[in-house]
Amino acid sequence: MLFLTRTLPLVIAFSCGVLAIAIYYVPHSAAQGMEEKLTLWLRIVAAFAYFLGLYSLLNLHWNRIRQHQAGWGYSVVAAVGFGLMFFFAVINDGDGPFAPQAKQGAYQWMFDNVQVACASTMFSLLAFFISSAAYRTFRARSPEATILLVAAVVVMLGRVPIGAYISDLIPEAMLWLLSVPNLAAKRGILLGVSLGAIGTALRIIFGIERSYLGGGEE
Amino acid sequence: MRYLPLCTVILALCAQVHSQPEPAPIPESRPELRPEPKLESRAESVAGVEAFDTPNDAGGSITVTWPKHPEASASTMYTVFLADAPSGPFLLVATVGADGSLKSDNPGMFGHDADNSHTHFAHIEIFPAVGEDEGTPLIDGKAYYVKVGLSPADDSVIPSSDGFGVPSGNAIEAVPGGNFFNWAKLNNFILGTFICLVILGYISVARRKELYIRRIAGLEAIDEALGRATEMGKPVLFVHGLKGMESIPTIAAVNILSRVARRTARLGTDLRVVNNEPIVMAVSQEVVKEAYLEEGRPDAYNPDSVFMAAPDQFSYAAAVAGMMVRDRPAAHIMMGYFYAESLLLAETGSTTGAIQIAGTDAYTQLPFFVTTCDYTLMGEELYAASAYLSREPRLLGSLKGQDVGKLVLIFGILVGTLMATFQMPFLTHLFTSY
Repeated sequence: MLFLTRTLPLVIAFSCGVLAIAIYYVPHSAAQGMEEKLTLWLRIVAAFAYFLGLYSLLNLHWNRIRQHQAGWGYSVVAAVGFGLMFFFAVINDGDGPFAPQAKQGAYQWMFDNVQVACASTMFSLLAFFISSAAYRTFRARSPEATILLVAAVVVMLGRVPIGAYISDLIPEAMLWLLSVPNLAAKRGILLGVSLGAIGTALRIIFGIERSYLGGGEE
Repeated sequence: MRYLPLCTVILALCAQVHSQPEPAPIPESRPELRPEPKLESRAESVAGVEAFDTPNDAGGSITVTWPKHPEASASTMYTVFLADAPSGPFLLVATVGADGSLKSDNPGMFGHDADNSHTHFAHIEIFPAVGEDEGTPLIDGKAYYVKVGLSPADDSVIPSSDGFGVPSGNAIEAVPGGNFFNWAKLNNFILGTFICLVILGYISVARRKELYIRRIAGLEAIDEALGRATEMGKPVLFVHGLKGMESIPTIAAVNILSRVARRTARLGTDLRVVNNEPIVMAVSQEVVKEAYLEEGRPDAYNPDSVFMAAPDQFSYAAAVAGMMVRDRPAAHIMMGYFYAESLLLAETGSTTGAIQIAGTDAYTQLPFFVTTCDYTLMGEELYAASAYLSREPRLLGSLKGQDVGKLVLIFGILVGTLMATFQMPFLTHLFTSY
């Protein structure tokens, strides 16, 4: 049992890790074909995993409705929405479930007028959230916050016509801020991230990091 | 009748000249006999042509190079012809302008030699079929023959796919094939191997010697957040990012989840894990279950506590924000790769008064997390979290190795900046990725 739960996953992780690294450096069509196969396998596994996700999602909302938990009405909306979308997808604008997905019909209408509209609403909320977050951040309570405030004001003014109207220096300062200190910080983070990713990959490939298998280090 | 043989010879010569509008190529060994080139009146063979299997590729391609013609004007055009037999027929496969496709445009394949700006190149992947629009891919291992001509600009000789306008001269043979190592990535391979060896070396050192690792406030705060949740009797909400299990930030997030789950199991705190990707959900369920088992609390594990909230980005944000507001968890731990939903989640969470700890390597989202969360793991700290929380020597050794790698890169950047400032691009070329 320990072989199946520990040793075998570690062997698979090591083999796949080494293979993936090798494929990156080997341009031969055999290696590229193998990469395509691995990607295909990933998609197949993901397709089956979606059944698990669907079960989890429906189970979550069913339990909420059954137990009348706070906000259970939203779960009813989610369940009804799922049922309707599933029904219209099967009907497929009269073509049936085995035909390619129709470009029009009730399913597409629901997607365009409910799903897309709701997603756009959520996205547009960001404008208000950014405002409140910016208000908290730009309070100049420390020297660092003051620098941030000044930089933010310059960048915001430099992005709009009134900035150039006040002074030609403002757009230039904005460009300098974005392309020198901001870019340097970004690249610093990226370098750290890349090294961290290499370190994490090595820990997993060599079986040093095992917490993704659950539990212990050894 | 006695003039008949002479007339026959003259007629034959005339016919020969008529059927071959180009003069015979003049051997390069006698340049003094070379006539004045008349680029505007005929197609001319280009000297110095080389054809070879395209390096660093999967196969099915050959590369042709030739030096700039000394008399080529801005309006002239090079024509590349291909055949699968030395005798032809030769078919047009590429045309290159007088200033187009120089070797210096592709340093990944040809390097940074000064001569590269005087040499043209063309990649050929398709063997044209006569009379058809689409050709067939080149076959690995099969010999192909190449000729390169210089076409005039006045359309007196129009190169065409049916072989008209083919320059005279010998064809160059090339055989396409796949390569087993991409030499353009040699610098990446050497640097990557070096960093890997340094990290593995420090892992080895860490077995024998205790290493100092700097304090990471965000990770210290996890214990504080879990303790607070236990005292308040409220759940801890672990929020995964949007990427799938194949991405490193998600793997790092799962590693952190494992450590968090062990602590919640020990403390008897309710842990809820929301996912937007079914594979991540399945892995998270297994990880949390194993953590509870290892802590001797299998009874406390509830499989429904690790669930799929929504597969779509903003549906996920709405679902998680709703949970934050309704269930009022004492701590929100957001780990992984986030996009625009980061601020929606973190700002909603901050209004509930929960302790918020976020970790991401998405630098575009870091400002939002820094603004709205109590602690933020920035970039590499996300990857370091699992090792830091476990305090396992070998894992800590890998962190030390990363730091040494960073030091090497910083040194390289400083030296490279200095060299580039003094017009010495050697180090810049050495570190260029292809």
